[in-house]
Amino acid sequence: MSVSSDYQGPALTIQNLKKVYDNGFVALKGIDLTVQQGDFFALLGPNGAGKSTTLGIVSGLVNKTSGSVSLYGYDIEGDWFEAKRVLGVVPQEFNFNQFEKVADIVVTQAGYYGLPRKLALERTEKYLKALDLWDKRDTPSRMLSGGMKRRLMIARALVHNPRMLILDEPTAGVDIELRRSMWEYLQKLNEEEGTTIILTTHYLEEAESLCRNIAIINQGDIVQNTNKRDLLQQLHLQTFVIELAEPKPSRPSISAYPCRWLDDSLVEVDIEQSNCINALFKEFDVLGLAVTSIRPKANRLETLFVDLVSNNSEVA
Amino acid sequence: MKFHWIAFNTILLKEIRRFMRIWQQTLLPPAITMTLYFIIFGNLIGSRIGEMSGLDYMSFIVPGLIMMSVINNAYSNVSSSFFSNKFQRSVEELLVAPVPNIVILAGFVFGGVVRGIMVGLIVTIVALFFTDIQVFNFWVLCSTVILSSILFSLGGFINALYANTFDDISIVPTFVLTPLSYLGGVFYSIELLPEQWRFLSEFNPILYMVNGFRYGMLGVSDVSLYACYGILISLTVVLAAVSIHLLNKGKGIRH
Ligand SMILES: Nc1ncnc2c1ncn2[C@@H]1O[C@H](COP(=O)(O)OP(=O)(O)OP(=O)(O)O)[C@@H](O)[C@H]1O
Ligand SMILES: [Mg+2]
Repeated sequence: MSVSSDYQGPALTIQNLKKVYDNGFVALKGIDLTVQQGDFFALLGPNGAGKSTTLGIVSGLVNKTSGSVSLYGYDIEGDWFEAKRVLGVVPQEFNFNQFEKVADIVVTQAGYYGLPRKLALERTEKYLKALDLWDKRDTPSRMLSGGMKRRLMIARALVHNPRMLILDEPTAGVDIELRRSMWEYLQKLNEEEGTTIILTTHYLEEAESLCRNIAIINQGDIVQNTNKRDLLQQLHLQTFVIELAEPKPSRPSISAYPCRWLDDSLVEVDIEQSNCINALFKEFDVLGLAVTSIRPKANRLETLFVDLVSNNSEVA
Repeated sequence: MKFHWIAFNTILLKEIRRFMRIWQQTLLPPAITMTLYFIIFGNLIGSRIGEMSGLDYMSFIVPGLIMMSVINNAYSNVSSSFFSNKFQRSVEELLVAPVPNIVILAGFVFGGVVRGIMVGLIVTIVALFFTDIQVFNFWVLCSTVILSSILFSLGGFINALYANTFDDISIVPTFVLTPLSYLGGVFYSIELLPEQWRFLSEFNPILYMVNGFRYGMLGVSDVSLYACYGILISLTVVLAAVSIHLLNKGKGIRH
C-alpha cells in the first residue's frame, strides 16, 4: 500500500506541465522540474509567477491542462491514491474551518488520511506539541494569531507522516523569532526524518539558509534550476555599502573599483565576485577615509533574483 | 476499504458536530415553525375544515409536515455546510487527502440524512402534543424518509457545487422547494383538485414522497407506492451520478 522503501527515484517529477486557467490566462507554459528524495528545495519567483499554481497541481487543488506529475513514482492521476498519501500540504492561504477547534482540525485531517482514531489523537498531540500549539488545542481556530495559524497548517500537514512536505510561503507574516524556530523545525524534519521539503518564499535569505536546490520561476517558465552554490556563483558583482567615520564633502574619486557616493559619508562599491577587496581599503587609507562599517547592499540571492527575473521579462 | 471507511466516518462526524454546534440555527427553527403550523392549521383552522381523505385534518397534515421538515433540513444541511467548506477553503483539506469522490459525497449526504432524520424526530415529538401518531407500515415509513433525505441531500450538494455566494444556496429552497412542498399535497389531497391541476401535480416529485410517507403512517395515499419508490429511486440515482460527475470534473472546487 505505502511507498516501498527501495524506491530510489525522484520525490517529484514534473514534465512539460502546462496550465491555462478558465479565463484563458496561461499560468504555466510547460515546465519541467525534478526534486530528489530528501532534498530541501526552494521554488522562487515574483508574485504571479506560477508558484502556487505549480504546487496546487501537485497537491490536487488545481487541475492541470497538460503534462505529467508524479510523486515518488506515482502519477498524480493514475495513482492518485498513493500519490496523495506521500504528500503533506501547507497552502499559502489559511484554509481551515474558522469555527472548529485546533485539535479537531488536526484529528479530522488524520481521519481523511485513514488513520484510526487512537493513532490520530496521538499524532495530533505529537505535532501540536512540536509546533507549540498544544495549549491552544481547544481554541476555535479563528482566535489564533497569524503565526499560530501557519503552525496549525504545518501540524495538520504532518499528521499522516508524509514523506514529502510542500509549503507555500509558510513564513509569510511570521515574526523573526518564530520564523527562525520554524526553520529549525523544518531542518530537523528534513535531516532527521528525511522528509523531502519544497517551499516557496519571498524571503530569499530563507531559501539561502535552508535550501540545497533552488528553482526560479518567472511568468510561467522555469528560468533557473540548480543547486544553491552554483546559483550564487553566477553572481559576478556584489555591491557593498561602506560607511565612513566622518563625512567627506569633497567626495574624492576612488579608482580601484566602481564607486558611487550616496552622501558625504556613504559609499557604494561594486566588487567582482572573484576579486579581493584589500586594494579598496588601501586606497581608503591613502585618501584618509576611516571606515566604520561595511555591509552587502542586498542579500546575494536577492540581487541574482532581480537580475534573472528582469532579464527574463525583457526576453518575453 | 477500512481506510475509506475511516474517512467516511470522519466526514460524517464532522457534519454532525457542525449542525449540533449550531443547533439554534439547525434544530430549533423547525421545531418552532412546526409548532406554529400545528397550532394554526391543525387546531385553529383544521377544526373548521373537518375531514380530509377520511381523517381529521390534523392527522392528515402531520406526515406531510414531518416530510417537509426532513427534506428541507437535509437539503440545507448539505448545501450550507458544503458551500461554507468551499467558502472557507476547508474543502481543500479533503482535496489534498486520498479520499475518493464517492466517499466525500457519501459523507456529506449522510450528514444531511442524519440532520433530516433528527429534525423529523423532533417534529414528530412536537406533533405528539397535538395528536396521536400511528405507524401503519414501519418499513414504508422508514424507507421513504431515508430515500427522500438522501435525494434532497444530493440536491443540496449539487446546489453547493454551483453556488458562488451564500445567496445562491437560498434560491432553490425559496423558489423551488417551498412552492413544490406547498403544492405537493402536504395540506390537501389532490383528489380535491380539478382535473388539470391534479394532472400537473403528478409532475411534482414531492407529492410522491409526502404520500408515500403518509401511507407509512396512516395507510392512505393519493398515489401508488410503485410510483413513489420508482420516482424516489430513479431521481436519487440520477442526482448521485450528476454529483459524482461534477466532483470528478472539480466543478466549483478545483480551478
Ligand atoms: N483561478 C485563477 N483564474 C485565473 N488566473 C489565475 C487563477 N489563479 C491564479 N491565476 C493567475 O495565475 C498566475 C500565477 O498565479 P500563482 O498564484 O501561481 O502565482 P504565485 O507565483 O504563487 O504568486 P504569489 O507569490 O503572489 O503567491 C497569476 O498571474 C494569477 O493571476
Ligand atoms: Mg502563491
